[in-house]
This record gives sequence, structure tokens and C-alpha cells, in this order.
Amino acid sequence: MNDASMGLITVNGESRPLDGPMTVAGLLAAIGLDGRKVAVERNEAIVPRSAYDTTQLAPGDSLEIVHFIGGG
Amino acid sequence: MDQAVGADDDTWTVAGRSFRSRLVVGTGRYKDLEETAAAIEASGAEMVTVAVRRVNLSDPKAPMLQDFVDPKKYTYLPNTAGCHTANEAVRTLRLAREAGGWNLVKLEVLGPPPHLYPDMPGTFEAAEALIKDGFEVMVYCADDPLAAHRLEQMGCVAIMPLGAPIGSGLGIQNPAMLSLIIEQAKVPVLVDAGVGTASDAAIGMELGCDAVLLNSAIAHAREPVLMARAMKAAVEAGRLAYRAGRMPRRMGADPSSPLGGLIR
Repeated sequence: MNDASMGLITVNGESRPLDGPMTVAGLLAAIGLDGRKVAVERNEAIVPRSAYDTTQLAPGDSLEIVHFIGGG
Repeated sequence: MDQAVGADDDTWTVAGRSFRSRLVVGTGRYKDLEETAAAIEASGAEMVTVAVRRVNLSDPKAPMLQDFVDPKKYTYLPNTAGCHTANEAVRTLRLAREAGGWNLVKLEVLGPPPHLYPDMPGTFEAAEALIKDGFEVMVYCADDPLAAHRLEQMGCVAIMPLGAPIGSGLGIQNPAMLSLIIEQAKVPVLVDAGVGTASDAAIGMELGCDAVLLNSAIAHAREPVLMARAMKAAVEAGRLAYRAGRMPRRMGADPSSPLGGLIR
């Protein structure tokens, strides 16, 4: 069994279930993140902010959700 | 007008953007985001470096840097700290570009601790990939004039050699090498890493650097906000001294008061 066949997605390295159809915007809302302050990569490709509402997640997807933090 | 007073017109330009402040500061290693904001304000910096990291999924409402350091007020310069390959650097900065819409980035590909010395083969590879992808790359690098020249030929928009290892606070250990790089460069040169206190920043500017980039020297000072003010003054003083041109060095004394008219 892999993530895809088990209906899982990976978000920032953590597995989570994908219960039914969900967009990137839906995922951000479910986590509680402000989409204007983060950037999202899906399977190593950028998801433009303008496409959050239309990008459907699929089992096996790997997502990175990042933001800016202090750094030198 | 008096040259020194004309400092207000003395801007520097990187990738078509002009800045009055010649101090670029990092936003890392502060006690909290309030202190980060206060120190940056006191430094007078117009450009700040930032890192790109995963959000903490278990604490999505945690305060974010942007809430304290306004990206509309400061030019964010996303970095690639922690990236050890060109692919990681490109992915990280593509995310930064999407998050903020900025093409201007700081590339750093580092070797392992304890030196965190610039990994130049990795830096060349990442610079090439980033430039190809439309980024304007300010590049952290070794104090190697050949490497600096090659990065400039590749299309990097600023060359940023180290003055000493990152976070070491050892001061500028390589003034001669920095001078060689400054002399040949057609793009801005910033000394990045090594500055420990105000006089180090002034030395960097006196050498002819276009700007100084530092983080720990402020963040790890006992009073960061006070040190931020010191760095602002030091960079301004160093720049004015560079423009003024220092007096020649000479062996032996040369009296400042006239020798004529002495009483007998």
C-alpha cells in the first residue's frame, strides 16, 4: 500500500487523509492558513495563488506549504 | 554643495532598484518578532534578507514575519540558507517568488559546519539554474576574484563575498581580497558575513563596498536596537570616508601646526 492507494496526501512531510474532493484553497482553509501569506508547491511544481481555488488534490500528492521567517 | 552634505543623493542600485541605505540586514536570530522589527527600524535598512520555511501546521495562527516587517516598506531578499543543491535552491526561491512576487534573491549554497563556507561548485550550478529561470541573483561567495568574476559573467546582479565565516563576528579578515574583487566588479559588491561590530562595517565601506550585509552582529549584540543604530552610523561614516578619500599613509610624523611663528 502506498499513500495514493490509501487516499493519503503528504503536507510538509506529514501524511493526512484526503476525504473526498478538495482544492488547495480548501486544504489551506482546513489547516487554518491565510493563503496570502504562504506559497504552495504540489509535487515539486508551484501552485500559483490564482489557481488555489481550481487546483484539485489527488491521493498521493505531496505538498509543501511555506512562508517567510527570519533569516540572514 | 558640500560633498559630505550631498550624501542624500548617494544611492546604490542593484537590478534596477535604487537604495539610499547601504546597510542590508538579516531578520534571523532575534529574541522575538517585536525585537526584529525594532532593530530593523533602527538600522535604517531598506532591504532585509528572509528565509523560506515550511509553515508549522500545528500552529497555523502563529505570528508571521510579514506582520512585523512589512514587505511593502522593506525589500524582502529571500535567501537559500540550508539548501545544499541547485535543485533545492531553485525550488525554494520559486516558492519565495510565488509568496512575494520577487525576482531579486540571495543565493547561498553552503558547505558543512563548522565553517559553512560558500560551496562554490554548488553556487555556480545554482546561479546558472536561477538565472535561467528569470531570477536576479545576489550571490554569497568566497573571496576569490576568479569566482567573483565568473559569477558576474554569468549574470549575477551583486557579488557578496564573505569577510569571515557566517555568524563568527570575527570582523573583516580579508581586506586585500575584497579590494581586488571590488576593483574588478561592474556590479555592486557587498561584504556579507563576518561583521562583528560597528568598526568592521565601517572598514567594509571604506574599502569601497557598495553595501554591507549583516545579521548576527545586531541580533546577538547585548542591546540589538542600539547596535542597529551603531551599524547605521558606521556604514554612513565608512561610505563618507570612502568618498572623501583617506589621507596618504606615511612613515613618521608630520606636524599639524605650523612650524613658523614660534616664540623664541
